[in-house]
Amino acid sequence: MKSGGQVISTDVAIIGGGVVGCAVARRMALAGASVVLMEKAPDILDGASKGNSAILHTGFDAPVDSLEWQCVQNGHQEYLEIHKSLNLPLLKTGAMVAAWTEEEEARFPGILEKAHKNQVNDIRQLSQAEIHKLEPHLAGNVRAALYIPREYVIDPWSAPLAYLLQAIENGGQALFNAEVTAGGYDGEHWLLDTPQGQVRAKYVVNAAGLYGDIVDTRVLGDSEFVIKPRKGQFVVFDKAAGNLINSVILPVPTKITKGIVLFPTIFGNMMVGPTAEEQESRDDASVDTATLNALHEQALRMLPALKGIPVTATYAGIRSATEQPEYRIREEPERNWITLGGIRSTGLTAALGIARHVETLLKGFGAAFEKRQNPVVSRVPNLANHLSRDCHTPGYGEIVCHCEMVTDREIKAALSGKMPAGSLSGLKRRTRVTMGRCQGFYCSARLAELTEDKFETPLSVGEAHD
Amino acid sequence: MTDITTKTCDVAVIGGGPSGLSAAITLKQAGVKSVVVLDREAVAGGIPRHCGHPPFGLAEFKRILTGPEYAKRIVKKAQQEGVEIALKTTVVLLEKQGRLTLVSPDGTSQLLAKRVLLATGTRETPRSARFVSGNRPIGICNTGALQSMVYLKNMVPFRSPLVVGTEIVSFSALMTCKKAGIKPVAMIEQNTRPSVQWPVYYAASFFGVPLRRKTRIVEIIGGNRVESVIIAGGNGKEEKIPCDGVLFTGLFTPESSLARMSHLALDPDTGCPLVDNNGRCSDPVYFAAGNVIFQPVKVAGKCWQSGIRIARAIVDDLSG
Repeated sequence: MKSGGQVISTDVAIIGGGVVGCAVARRMALAGASVVLMEKAPDILDGASKGNSAILHTGFDAPVDSLEWQCVQNGHQEYLEIHKSLNLPLLKTGAMVAAWTEEEEARFPGILEKAHKNQVNDIRQLSQAEIHKLEPHLAGNVRAALYIPREYVIDPWSAPLAYLLQAIENGGQALFNAEVTAGGYDGEHWLLDTPQGQVRAKYVVNAAGLYGDIVDTRVLGDSEFVIKPRKGQFVVFDKAAGNLINSVILPVPTKITKGIVLFPTIFGNMMVGPTAEEQESRDDASVDTATLNALHEQALRMLPALKGIPVTATYAGIRSATEQPEYRIREEPERNWITLGGIRSTGLTAALGIARHVETLLKGFGAAFEKRQNPVVSRVPNLANHLSRDCHTPGYGEIVCHCEMVTDREIKAALSGKMPAGSLSGLKRRTRVTMGRCQGFYCSARLAELTEDKFETPLSVGEAHD
Repeated sequence: MTDITTKTCDVAVIGGGPSGLSAAITLKQAGVKSVVVLDREAVAGGIPRHCGHPPFGLAEFKRILTGPEYAKRIVKKAQQEGVEIALKTTVVLLEKQGRLTLVSPDGTSQLLAKRVLLATGTRETPRSARFVSGNRPIGICNTGALQSMVYLKNMVPFRSPLVVGTEIVSFSALMTCKKAGIKPVAMIEQNTRPSVQWPVYYAASFFGVPLRRKTRIVEIIGGNRVESVIIAGGNGKEEKIPCDGVLFTGLFTPESSLARMSHLALDPDTGCPLVDNNGRCSDPVYFAAGNVIFQPVKVAGKCWQSGIRIARAIVDDLSG
């Protein structure tokens, strides 16, 4: 044990600062437990949660009667209940499953039946006139479409930030650069080693995502699943494309994949993706020219009006899939340990539902907490394009990032407070700085200055000299 | 919203770089009463502010200046002519009848202009829009970011980058690297010949940078920071070169986002606002000058001249 010597005692220790870990931290803090979240990266959302489609799913196509479906339903519902109080945005886009071939259209009855079983009863088939009215720019050869009104678009990074912030505001604690390197159970408490010290906990929730099996093997001695990383590449189009579609355009899913989606983002852009590429690496989120070109061409086929509209960004996310399609929840009541494994693309929606499930499981283990009375409700800054941003309130200093209208004031705020950005990418996710069309052409200098000495990997590597 | 203040002016110029300022000066000299230059930066002058090397100003001032000297000089001249320069003022919306929505630290406001000149310039194409393969570590940027870091903040984003491109700006980037103590590992060009007709072999060798033609970037490798690149030569043979950054130079694209988000028509091939011979846009209240309508991109002196020419057309239009 080469920790700093400190031992932090807590009721619930959470391993992993992805959306699931953040949601569990919030849930348990509000339930009255003391919580400590341990993240191996310098900031939250460094793994699977940094790249997703940002869609709040209804679960219309989830496996019937599955835990995943339950968590998605509960997560969707709770997000709608809490988003206003946490200042989290919601874009009520709806989604359209578009069939381009007869074969695809033939699958509609099956999709409808499954949706009804999943209690998504407002799904309906659109007429050609309705398709055209809803999506006038969509390529004219769409044969038929189903419409799911309650599929929405949210901010994939502010939501987990808000969850963890609320946990911290209500007595929780987060440790960064705190990979769990070893652990032991003495029959009453877990003692987990991290480079930031030891954490002594009654209960442990492993939400380590892409590393979930590794953590289980390391601490429990074995893992019930194997992570099979699945990469998804995305292309982000300029905000000029933001009004070309109104809803999330889903393809008819195949047995293998949900397919390539065309969707508006909460930040005013339009995106296409993700691909589904099996790979060995858990952290190689590289993009490749051929795939990006193919995505770009596919987007243009679906939406010809995209022609000539510049690309703003490209990126890839890695889903923490396993060798089986369902969520892999491991319960160890004898050792007070829960592993949340195999949470894939539905994780953003399901996180709040998964957190509720965790609370139920812990109660089943015998955990008894006194529900927190009058919990602190903390608001996060709004980054959604359709709502008022920081630059709309006078006195912001100056705009640093012009493409995304990020102010000096909001960057400084994101670098301080109870959940300061721990890395440059963390700062980007909190503010959108450099995430716009110029990708830092105009603002890198000012940003390098504002973030000097803040991050382990800074923008500037030193002084210029003759 | 009723509480938004609305001001009026004769001509609103969007962008305080060489073309915008020369147009504003020309308009004032021709007797146009109220000319407002709207610049989103804290200091006007445009791109030359962070091109810390000569030659600027030969056509305009008959002498050789560095970019920052030139930028100061054109701003001062505009002020002397009575041009109002509104700094830290971002135009967020263009509408018909010359109605502009502005955001500044003082609040949101509207400006109603009889004529509007778009002089929003140009920028380089970033890595993302080039669809380059690989990871996305820190240390990848354009010349604009490099030069603003070096000349405005005395900082460097890398010490030994790969330089992609051989346009004029690429050699400007080499000059900046030399000044900042940055030693590029190589400069690569996809084509057989470099993009500029300068004595490039001399230039690249003067800066001690190997120039490799018929070579393209295949992949960027790195964790937190760039660690290496894979490049491929004409024979397709790939080679891994250690470096700590990638500098994507050139491939200029007009900064025409405002026009793109508005009712104005764009040339689908170049992305520039569509203009007639007088720089007039599809909405006759709007004009455009300088690098926002130039493809390929032109140097500051040409933008300065463009501003003068289009300003004269605006004067004729206002008086006619």
